[in-house]
Amino acid sequence: MDLALQLLFTGIGIGAVYALVALGFVLIFRATNVVNFAQGEFSMVAAYLMVVFAVDLGWPYWLSFLLALAGMALLGAIFNLGVYYPLRHRTFLPVIIATIGASILLANSVLAIYGPQPQVLEGWFETPGIQLGPVYLDSQYLLIIAVTIVLVIFNYWFFEHTMLGKKLQATSQDKEMASLLGISVSTMIMITFIYSAVLGGLAGILVAPVLFVSIQMGSTIALKAFAATIIGGFGDVAGAIIGGLALGIIETFGAAYVSVPYKDGFAFLVLVLFLIFRPQGIFGERVAEKA
Amino acid sequence: MSAPSENMPIAVGTMRARPLWLRHLPYFIGAAIAVALAATMRFDGYILNILMEATTFAIAVFGLSVVLGLCGQINLAQAAFFGLGAYAVGLGTADYHLSYWLCLVGGCVIALLAGALLGMSTLRLGGHYLAMVTISFQQIVTLVMINTIWLTHGPDGVSHIGRPVLFQSSQSYLAFCVAMLALVGYIVWHLPDTRLGRAMRAVRDNELAAGVVGIDVFRTKVSAFALSAVLGGLAGGLFAGGFAYVSPDQFSFAESVVFLTMSLLGGVASPIGSAIGTGLLILIPEWLRFLKSVPGLYLAIYGLSVILIIRYMPDGIWGFFNFATTRWRAKAKVRGAGAALQLVPATVGGDIVLDVKGLSKYFGGLKAVDGVDIAVKRGGVHALIGPNGSGKTTTLNVLSGLYKATSGKVILDGTDVTDMPPHQRAAAGLGRTFQNIRLFRSMTALENVVIGAERPGNRLVGESGDEALNARAMSALTFVGLGARANELISGFSYGHQRLIEIARALAANPTLLLLDEPAAGLNSSEKLELHELLKRIAAQGLTILIIDHDMTLVSEAAQHITVLNFGRRIADGESMAVLRHPDVVSAYLGSD
Repeated sequence: MDLALQLLFTGIGIGAVYALVALGFVLIFRATNVVNFAQGEFSMVAAYLMVVFAVDLGWPYWLSFLLALAGMALLGAIFNLGVYYPLRHRTFLPVIIATIGASILLANSVLAIYGPQPQVLEGWFETPGIQLGPVYLDSQYLLIIAVTIVLVIFNYWFFEHTMLGKKLQATSQDKEMASLLGISVSTMIMITFIYSAVLGGLAGILVAPVLFVSIQMGSTIALKAFAATIIGGFGDVAGAIIGGLALGIIETFGAAYVSVPYKDGFAFLVLVLFLIFRPQGIFGERVAEKA
Repeated sequence: MSAPSENMPIAVGTMRARPLWLRHLPYFIGAAIAVALAATMRFDGYILNILMEATTFAIAVFGLSVVLGLCGQINLAQAAFFGLGAYAVGLGTADYHLSYWLCLVGGCVIALLAGALLGMSTLRLGGHYLAMVTISFQQIVTLVMINTIWLTHGPDGVSHIGRPVLFQSSQSYLAFCVAMLALVGYIVWHLPDTRLGRAMRAVRDNELAAGVVGIDVFRTKVSAFALSAVLGGLAGGLFAGGFAYVSPDQFSFAESVVFLTMSLLGGVASPIGSAIGTGLLILIPEWLRFLKSVPGLYLAIYGLSVILIIRYMPDGIWGFFNFATTRWRAKAKVRGAGAALQLVPATVGGDIVLDVKGLSKYFGGLKAVDGVDIAVKRGGVHALIGPNGSGKTTTLNVLSGLYKATSGKVILDGTDVTDMPPHQRAAAGLGRTFQNIRLFRSMTALENVVIGAERPGNRLVGESGDEALNARAMSALTFVGLGARANELISGFSYGHQRLIEIARALAANPTLLLLDEPAAGLNSSEKLELHELLKRIAAQGLTILIIDHDMTLVSEAAQHITVLNFGRRIADGESMAVLRHPDVVSAYLGSD
């Protein structure tokens, strides 16, 4: 029982990371109808930026954190201009192939610069964690969960209660109508990419002290986050968060009770089960293409 | 004949004079020469290895040209299928001392099953799912190869892999691989002109239209995916025999990316492009070996290449080359017009061809169609009219199976089609056109109509082969007045002519009932007159038409019977003139005081 509680806590912590990346997926998907296969690489690049600033250059943690997020905003903008924007009038297949290309480019550029050895990034806090009854609460996991909660609330407020958020929603629902209403669609898409890159980066920075900072962390996180969006219901914000948490918990329990080497396989298994039995996910609705 | 490319289907004359084997003879002579050269020329070990790698990789890339180029579905796990074949041959011959041939076939079967299962679980959904699921599958295969040490030897890999007795020397084995490459190349080259290949291209160009003309979209996609997996497995099996040693890192996601880049670079649509891409991406890294000293640099360049190719050269080198030479080639002339079109609608049921009872379609709380009855009599033209938003097009989409009815029954010529998917309704005798034209855009007018003529259940063509299909399609195109332009690409036709081609595609199928979705929309007045004439000629042959349109002149002149919808309900039904004078109809259209 104690072990189960401990695993539950860890599962929620790791699931929160998947939820953050999944949120980035969903935002870009809703704005552009494109799944960004490089979303996980945003997390990986941000983690490496942290290593550069905080470890290699030895700058303060908070400064490194801000610089890394600024770097991610820049990367999001470049990504939009270099990968998505030139292809915006093409069908989805060329666009996803281009984002896959971008994912490979990002991962291997970092590999070429930094080499294959995983890097270590310290956590934000000096205190490793606190013992609460039978459960040991790791401070980094606590931070991840707290940031995720804050971000989910911020996200809700931003999209439902600010003008910019409403403009973004309008763009994702009907680009033509939005542009007729005087909303600059290309600016909105740009903002979406920047915001998603920052979200993905944030997830990467938060999870880096828990995992190692490695080239593979991007694709691993992206696969989990994608599975999370399918479990939750594609394109659904609440679904992405619930799906991410569910996946984190399933995976942690699977690794503890079934098999460690195949930990990364559970996400795939759950994904396939959902695709077969409930492809619209927990919250999703089946939508037919209009004839 | 020059090699084909999917993006530039340069027309072939409709009447083929020479027999097939004679036209394809040059290919086999060339292949035989290549095999003979591979068997007899003296190569040093290094060159031999490069040739072996290029030959086996090319077969795997052919697989991508089928699934991605022909059918428009992505596969990011080709290296995993390649690995399944390689490990089957490797483990089978080295550990279990089985016959090489048995292992090769076994590897293909395993790849086929894995591909079919993966496809069946995912291909009903959008392309994003397939991309992610294939990446996941790729990771799982790699995980298993590394961790299932009792079976796969883990990271150490498998050595001492055997070859068939007949091809023990490297040279003879290479010749065998070249022969296999030639054989697979032949199949992939001619696939686009077969029924399955046409179905794949139709699915790639327009899924909805493919379903409506009678193609089982899901089965076609699964076939393409499974075929691609088999070619991956076969290539892997050959590769394992060639190099006698395999290890997990040769079948990683990175390798799948290499296959994808090869395919995109050469031109995803054609086997020639695949061969070019494979050759280049095997040779270039050999020339630039110094780049290999930095890990990751190669793949970074590949990733960048993918982005650049997609943006600037979407059809790859071969597509680019083909496009550049197209204008220098003479257009194939159409020889002779088609014979007069015969429409022989099936008559199984009684006097009513289409019997719709209590049909409803709700979208959440919105009742788009609410308890509608329609009875379409055999022969003649029946119109379904109503103001904007009255549920006409939704009704048509439910009738053709694109939407599932919330309740109600649809009986087509005695067959209950209520729960059938679109392609089965087509097989049952339903034909339709779309308001926003849905043609297969990468194909010629004739190819579009041939796909229509191929409708399962079209008794006029049956199984009598390409000649009959082409003749039938030519007749249909001639019937709508476009026979002379049969070999032109769709993009070259005006809007009005594209509409006629869509009607010809439906007519070639010899349907029992033809649904026309606003055929007059976007036509100018002379085109409308032509359309009216065409409708008369169709009706004169006894084909029943259900037409939706806004053009009251067309409707009142062409239709004998009219059903009127408003707010999803039927408000009037009966003989044309009487219905148009009906007070409810007048108020629905003009408003009431």
